[in-house]
Amino acid sequence: MANLTINEKNFTLEVEPDTPLLWAIRENAGLTGTKYGCGIAQCGACTVHIDGVATRSCGVSVSEAVGKKITTIEGLASASSLHKVQEAWIAQDVPQCGYCQSGMIMAVAALLTEKPKPTDADIDEAITNICRCGTFQQVREAIHTIASA
Amino acid sequence: MNKHVSPRMNRRAFVIGTAAVGAGLAIGLDIPFGGPAVVRAADGSPEIGAWVVVRPDDTVVIRIARSEMGQGSLTGLAQLVAEELECDWSKVSTEYPTPGQSVARKRVWGDFSTGGSRGIRSSHDYVRKGGATARVMLIQAAAEAWKVPASECTAANSVITHTPSSKTTTYGKVAEDAAKLTPPADVKLKDAKDWKLIGKGVKRLDTADKTTGAMTYGIDVKLPGMLNAAIKDCPVFGGKVKSFDEAKIAGMKGVKKVVKVGDTAVAVVADTWWHAKTALEALPIVWDEGDNAKVSSESIAKWLTEGLANEQPAYVGNKNGDAKAAIAGAARKIEAVYSYPYQNHATMEPMNATAVYTADKCEVWCGTQNGEAAFAATLEASGLPAEKCDVHKVMPGGGFGRRGQTDYVRQAVLIAKQMPGTPIKLLWSREEDMAHGRYHPITQCKMTGAFDADNNLVALHYRLSGQSILFSLRPEALQNGMDPAAFQGVAQSGEAAFGYSVPNLLIEHAMRNPHVPPGFWRGVNVNHNAIYMECFMDELAQAAGQDPLEFRRKLMGNHPKHLAVLNAVAEKIGWSTPAPQGVYRGIAQVMGYGSYVAGAAEISVTDGNKIKVHRIVASTDPGYVVNPAQVERQIAGSFVYGLSALFYGGCTVKDGRIEQTNFDTYNSMRINEMPKVESVMVPSGGFWGGVGEPTIGVAAPAVLNAYFAATGKRIRSVPLRDQNITFA
Repeated sequence: MANLTINEKNFTLEVEPDTPLLWAIRENAGLTGTKYGCGIAQCGACTVHIDGVATRSCGVSVSEAVGKKITTIEGLASASSLHKVQEAWIAQDVPQCGYCQSGMIMAVAALLTEKPKPTDADIDEAITNICRCGTFQQVREAIHTIASA
Repeated sequence: MNKHVSPRMNRRAFVIGTAAVGAGLAIGLDIPFGGPAVVRAADGSPEIGAWVVVRPDDTVVIRIARSEMGQGSLTGLAQLVAEELECDWSKVSTEYPTPGQSVARKRVWGDFSTGGSRGIRSSHDYVRKGGATARVMLIQAAAEAWKVPASECTAANSVITHTPSSKTTTYGKVAEDAAKLTPPADVKLKDAKDWKLIGKGVKRLDTADKTTGAMTYGIDVKLPGMLNAAIKDCPVFGGKVKSFDEAKIAGMKGVKKVVKVGDTAVAVVADTWWHAKTALEALPIVWDEGDNAKVSSESIAKWLTEGLANEQPAYVGNKNGDAKAAIAGAARKIEAVYSYPYQNHATMEPMNATAVYTADKCEVWCGTQNGEAAFAATLEASGLPAEKCDVHKVMPGGGFGRRGQTDYVRQAVLIAKQMPGTPIKLLWSREEDMAHGRYHPITQCKMTGAFDADNNLVALHYRLSGQSILFSLRPEALQNGMDPAAFQGVAQSGEAAFGYSVPNLLIEHAMRNPHVPPGFWRGVNVNHNAIYMECFMDELAQAAGQDPLEFRRKLMGNHPKHLAVLNAVAEKIGWSTPAPQGVYRGIAQVMGYGSYVAGAAEISVTDGNKIKVHRIVASTDPGYVVNPAQVERQIAGSFVYGLSALFYGGCTVKDGRIEQTNFDTYNSMRINEMPKVESVMVPSGGFWGGVGEPTIGVAAPAVLNAYFAATGKRIRSVPLRDQNITFA
């Protein structure tokens, strides 16, 4: 049993404390926007924000996440509007298959909070998610569009 | 928030877990379509032919048989239908018919298979006719209501106008009457010059849900009472399960059942996948690995190398003159041996499928590139007839050829069959995905080129040795034992034709089929054939003391379309002017999937082994470009996939199994390694080529040729990581 705060809601989940946060989010909280890609914190498909920091949730246990503020892709938008990253992603048709994009968007949203006008070098350093479809060009262009807005 | 999110894919096709799903999108399936009785979609709206449903509010649902997997065909195909339908594009959504419905209606939607870059190129004709047929019927219905000749009416933007009287109506208003009409026997398609929607880079129809987490992929399917399964197949291909000790995991959290899957695999079924996977890892399994356990990369390489020798039998794929004699009598000859390894598709979403089996019905939900193949696998594994089975396609997290296979569908059904009535979601771990791919086939190639005394290329002998995909997956497509697809990109003629004229030419394939299962991996045989041929062309140019571009041009006089794309990249990258200080260029061209492509790269190299790719220019002639924005993305994506394979890929075999286990040992390019790809589209019209795959062929040779220009070193094997060459 664990109490987690996900997207500003409290969840009491029937889950062992050593369960990776990714699977607690997907299977116990039922929020499937966060994706499984590798399970070893390599690909970034499972990226969520923990206290505002982009984190690969497959590499964090439930017990480590207790008491922290977890935001998933489902919690990124406000009640009235999408997050600016989501809006830019739609406007510029960034996703192809889209499977990695939840993680990509969460990573980009965290980058823009930290650095509202990132340089190419900042993007290169912060965005390390794998996209097998190869959307990098659109990702970079969309980030710059947001930054210059 | 909803006003910002307008999912253009029909949600009904994706809402899982309600009674509506599986009920079928069309009722009255026993009515011959087009007859006086109306076929209706699930919401009651009438079909105007099988491809189009028009609702009273003028919204239009376009049926798509091929699979969207990121490549954008869903949008492109809808554009083709809408172009002829003359409907309001802003009111279009799409829907997948199920394979079961298609079979029940005598395959009215044609082929579901989505591979070989054929989503658009092999269905453009009949889907456009589907749109045109509906338009004619809608206009006819309006004309009959107005009691005027249909020839006096036109349609645009879902509005029908009677020109003499200026009367108007909309598609939604006449749909009911149109649905009752007999479809015209034949319809005339628009001339390409009159296209309004084809050729426009309109936005994809499936983006919004992919940005909010709302899109349902196979891994996200939820059904009431569903359990989750994790699976381990014998790590040695061809091996079997000898035994497993279920008692060792009895009582582990959430575990419901341990089942054998066929002869080769064991699955644990549990309440959650995490519990299933954890228990599976703790389950002792003894394998009967068989003789294949003795196979290694070294033993495979040795076998392939033997096949390079002329004495060994080989199939001839392309020939003119007498290459062997010309080489024997030539003033000078150049020889090189290249190799290309196994590659895993490594789709971002590991393989998965959800199945429910009862004695009366078997249904499957999965991402698949071939709904009909998944359907056939469901029938076979369940043992039920077609009318008791169906497959519901959901968005795949990548395909690249892997999801054209149905091994994971079969497994899910075999597990579900052992727990009748309980929905089972089978998900592979990434490690299982790496261990049980359908790998890009392994080959080697020995090439010999011969020059006369004036440095003219007089002969070329191209001898492939290695694995045939068709031998393993489609033996019925072999021709007297020969795999014609082995010559993709170097074929005599057709959709993957060789682009050079050499007076004495011999291109042949010595087939060697190791036990590692091969598959159609984005670009398929174009990948290695383009690397071998285009890198060797550079070697020949160097031997002749000529510029690589000029050397190619001289051999391409009879191949104007190949030459046109090559010229286009040469011009764009500025081949005739020097590259910036410390930057070096490479160039390559190939034909595949009916399209002509070329690529050029600018790179710099530090310490002899650290490559920075500064610029990539790529050119494509696919005949017609349906959606330039999506074609551009396919071109750029092909470079990411192709260069990932070049730098980081390569699957090796030890003790009969694949050694790579996850993205730490089978890495993929990141954003910092990938420059912008500058696309040049030169559609010459008159034919329909594919765009998802051909460009991958030029990605690696463009960079390898640039690497030679920078360092003077030829790289003749992949991946570069084996030679300690990496991204800077």
